[in-house]
Amino acid sequence: MAADIKIVEEAKKPLSMHPQKFALWLFIVTVIMLFGAWTSAYIVKRGDIGWSEIVIPNLFYVNTGIIVLSSISMVWAVNAARKDNLEKLKLAISITTILGVAFLVGQFLAYGEMIAMKEFFTGGNVSHSFMYVLSGAHALHVIGGVVFLLIVLTASFKNKVHSKSMVRIEMCATYWHFLDILWLYLFIFLILNR
Amino acid sequence: MATTDIHTHLDVHHHDDHSHDHEHHEGNFWTKYIFSEDHKVIGKQFLFTGIFWALIGGTLSVIFRLQLGFPDANLDWLRPILGEWITGEGKLDPEFYLALVTMHGTIMVFFVLTAGLSGTFSNFLIPLQIGARDMASGFMNMLSYWFFFLASVIMFISFFLETGPAGGGWTIYPPLSALPQAIKGSGTGMTMWLVSMALFIVSQLLGGINYITTVINLRTQGMSFTRMPLTIWSFFFTAIIGLLSFPVLFAAALLLIFDRSFGTSFYLSDIYIGGEALPHTGGSPILFQHLFWFLGHPEVYIVLLPALGISSEIIATNSRKPIFGYKAMIGSMLFIAILSFIVWAHHMFVTGMNPFLGSIFMLLTLIIAVPSAVKIFNYVTTLWKGNIRFTPAMLFSIGLVSFFLTGGITGIFLGNSAIDIQLHDTYFVVAHFHLVMGSASFFGMLAGIYHWFPKMFGRMMDNRLGAIHFWLTFVGVYLVFFPMHYIGIAGFPRRYYSWTNFDTFNGFFDLNMLVSIAAIATLAAQFIFLFNFFYSIFRGRLASTNPWYSNTLEWTTPRVPGHGNWAGPIPSVYRWPYDYSKPGAKDDYIPQHIPYSETPESNLPHENELIKLETSGEQGAIIVEGKH
Repeated sequence: MAADIKIVEEAKKPLSMHPQKFALWLFIVTVIMLFGAWTSAYIVKRGDIGWSEIVIPNLFYVNTGIIVLSSISMVWAVNAARKDNLEKLKLAISITTILGVAFLVGQFLAYGEMIAMKEFFTGGNVSHSFMYVLSGAHALHVIGGVVFLLIVLTASFKNKVHSKSMVRIEMCATYWHFLDILWLYLFIFLILNR
Repeated sequence: MATTDIHTHLDVHHHDDHSHDHEHHEGNFWTKYIFSEDHKVIGKQFLFTGIFWALIGGTLSVIFRLQLGFPDANLDWLRPILGEWITGEGKLDPEFYLALVTMHGTIMVFFVLTAGLSGTFSNFLIPLQIGARDMASGFMNMLSYWFFFLASVIMFISFFLETGPAGGGWTIYPPLSALPQAIKGSGTGMTMWLVSMALFIVSQLLGGINYITTVINLRTQGMSFTRMPLTIWSFFFTAIIGLLSFPVLFAAALLLIFDRSFGTSFYLSDIYIGGEALPHTGGSPILFQHLFWFLGHPEVYIVLLPALGISSEIIATNSRKPIFGYKAMIGSMLFIAILSFIVWAHHMFVTGMNPFLGSIFMLLTLIIAVPSAVKIFNYVTTLWKGNIRFTPAMLFSIGLVSFFLTGGITGIFLGNSAIDIQLHDTYFVVAHFHLVMGSASFFGMLAGIYHWFPKMFGRMMDNRLGAIHFWLTFVGVYLVFFPMHYIGIAGFPRRYYSWTNFDTFNGFFDLNMLVSIAAIATLAAQFIFLFNFFYSIFRGRLASTNPWYSNTLEWTTPRVPGHGNWAGPIPSVYRWPYDYSKPGAKDDYIPQHIPYSETPESNLPHENELIKLETSGEQGAIIVEGKH
């Protein structure tokens, strides 16, 4: 009898979400703090004497377009997966991955442009070093994102991503959109602080 | 009745689903003890590594106390261990002294009181106390330990470099730490320090993400936020603080690495060495201090909050009284956590910052006294008229409250930007933070070990040895740190190798000697603990499942819980964890998993309403109407 009573009184199940998705959001928080620290440092440094303002390479504008497009194709991919439209999913996730790689290549070429403008990582003014640190650290995170995309890409070509198995692609999309927004933040930040 | 039965069975099953895959295999030695994903094993790994580092950190402090207490002594007998670090005249090498101070700080703050304290108890207690089979991600949890292990190995190897370990102070301020040519301790030792700390940060972030995810998502049925033990609340806040502040240290350290190894000028400007100007221009060392202390101050609470949570639990259990002001305790921890992020510049009052800014930071700093006082008040009122049992854990928890008060009061002095001009960088600061954060957290850690030892190893530690250990350590700590207040008020600066060249400070010869003798005695007393600890692991008295008659869920597990923690279904939670000495109750404690329907004699009116009791005439059985 006693056992029955325990059961009947079963308390409410606490609110919870998918642990891995939640952990990804926490990881995103740490990345926000990392870039928050650097951009705050940039603002503090900018108030100091001897600061020379930066020139933003033109390729950054192109790359910004590329990464925004890749976010749009990511949305497309997730929608296709949700509707079990696997052919469309394969196309969209491939486009996203290609755009991601294109962004990385573009950023690398932008460094060439910066060097041509005599904006060096070392030996020059701190403002130039900051440009490299911000975009370089972002690029490292994008490399991680591309690896994640490749994993999801392989899975979708094996038809393992569909409306009943969305966790991976949803997490990938969350991270990818975050990288997009992070770049937009950095880009606008640099434009406003030059 | 039958329908409800089936319903719950499904419920329980669903609840276990995610941990089913790794519940049934036991694995070999390597997967069971070394690369284990079991949170209890990982917690113990953190504990043993922490104890190892605590011994090293303590020994380092005794070595530099020898220099400070006995400046004329011949230290040739240390040559077999320290080798060339003892100079030809039998003296400690001055640059090695700096390395000792640096490594003592780094090891104690990060490796012992961060990894050793939160790593041990967050890992061990979170799943056990919230009713989960394991952490959200056992693999990430394992990675967290092994990143810490790697960081430890690198830090340890740096001791054996010819130029010695890092020597720029645990705060590694540039330009000293940024220029390898500055001192020996800024060479390879500093590089290894930075690498080790980068790995350490990764370890802390992996751990922190896991703790937060687990607390939010894997609580058992009925374990609402307002029924969580204060230990879990404190680990939860600690993990959040760490998650927000460690990336900032990483950002600061990365820029320092660029300055050191790549030639950037984030922190360096206008430096001349041997008459030659260095190419670095435009950097600012103050920038580093801002970034560092944005981590550095929250770090204080990363170290302290778990200790406060542990002592809340232990004091309530051993006073046989509910914790006084449960919600005030949570609120004050939350308030402390928020404030910890907006007070960092009180470490920088004398860097030439704007005095107006200084007064804002002073105001915010002094406000921390409010939640801290709330906590002390609640500890004392919990003890007040309690049926106190002086177990070693209880003694250490009371000791913590004492240190938290003594050390906290000097914080009010130091938080004043004007008084700080006199006290900054003196032994007064050393006394302050060693009492309030060092010793208090250390006592919290020891209290936790004594209290949860029976759950960790299934055996009891010896109470008499525990009490001896407590009194020697308690008196020793006060003898070490209390005199430092006087030395500090007189203006004696910290980190100085020797003061005998200054007439002003010659008068503190005897006081320094007393401090050094007390430090040696305190370290020696820790061996009583070590003996007790290791002896009890193998030969201690077998523990019962609930030796302290405590309410929290970990005491409902078997004596030595296996992988998955509970043999049957996870117990559900019906009440808060502090139902001690409830009027009318049969025992002086009612564990969390006992429903109100089983304790009609002690229920309060609103608790009776919660379960809508109906009594039937037959056999006195109770039939409860569930909420479906």
